Amino acid sequence: MKRWLLLVPLAMFLLVAVFLYRGLYLDPSALPSAMIDKPFPAFSLPAVKDGKPMTRNDLVGKPALVNVWGTWCVSCREEHPVLTRLAQQGVLIYGINYKDDNAAAIKWLADFHDPYQLNVSDAQGTLGLNLGVYGAPETFLIDAKGVIRYKHVGVIDDAVWRQELAGRYQALVDEAQP
Amino acid sequence: MKRWLSIVLLTLGLATVAHAAIDTYQFKSESERLRFRELTQELRCPKCQNQDIADSNAPIAADLRREIFRMLGEGKDNQQIIDFMVDRYGEFVRYKPALTSRTALLWFGPGGLLLAGFVVIGVIVRRRRRQPVQQFDDLSDTERQRLKRLLSPIPLDKDHP
Repeated sequence: MKRWLLLVPLAMFLLVAVFLYRGLYLDPSALPSAMIDKPFPAFSLPAVKDGKPMTRNDLVGKPALVNVWGTWCVSCREEHPVLTRLAQQGVLIYGINYKDDNAAAIKWLADFHDPYQLNVSDAQGTLGLNLGVYGAPETFLIDAKGVIRYKHVGVIDDAVWRQELAGRYQALVDEAQP
Repeated sequence: MKRWLSIVLLTLGLATVAHAAIDTYQFKSESERLRFRELTQELRCPKCQNQDIADSNAPIAADLRREIFRMLGEGKDNQQIIDFMVDRYGEFVRYKPALTSRTALLWFGPGGLLLAGFVVIGVIVRRRRRQPVQQFDDLSDTERQRLKRLLSPIPLDKDHP
């Protein structure tokens, strides 16, 4: 029996151990979005405030954050002040009011602050379904051509903005201005 | 008898728990109902990760069930419905992942390992069979004589020094 063959079980164990060790630090709830690099889906839905019909064309043109939110969503309340501050800094934010009561949404925007340039009312969740949304809040980063470039699932706080989104948003803005 | 009865009753109790999510859908045919069941059991709920969408009570699972029902009504086939879900939620939603280069390890890994195990066992068995017991081969002549002397029964005569 060749000596090196004795090392095979050890090598296999180490290989498995490396995979399992990596697995310890992966977040199993983080799903890769299937929508990255795909165009923002077409839709025809009313606006939250005045019920005016809106389509995909209303969102396309400039790089923007598209934030999926609802008044029933506790963590949306948590990220709301961060979005408000970002909007004040000039970040373009669109909202999709996902499976919500429209009156409640209007009240929310009046009570707190409205950081959204436009707000689409997706009461049935059809646009959310086409976007692959599985829970609010989710935030998409779209470029000037309306292609989805990044998706963040969960609350946007200052750290998330700094580490994940600010750089990417700036890159899209730079890309849009040759 | 009594014990058997209780086992059967308890098992029946489990059966109702296993399908917790109940919707009321009117299917056009029995085959459509079976396809609905098959699809909702093959697709995974994106929110509650280790449940299929048939089993989950999450709102998103209910939405997906409704969507599958709608597409069945439109006459779409199973592959189209699965593709629709994969386009939106990614490969993740399939409990039976498609066979691609990325998932080949997943599909063939276990079988491959089992096969490798059999090969190793086969090699070991054959090697043992080919080399019959060769105990004295690596002994020199003097060593062999010494071994013989050591193994030979101790002479029983008393006057041995």
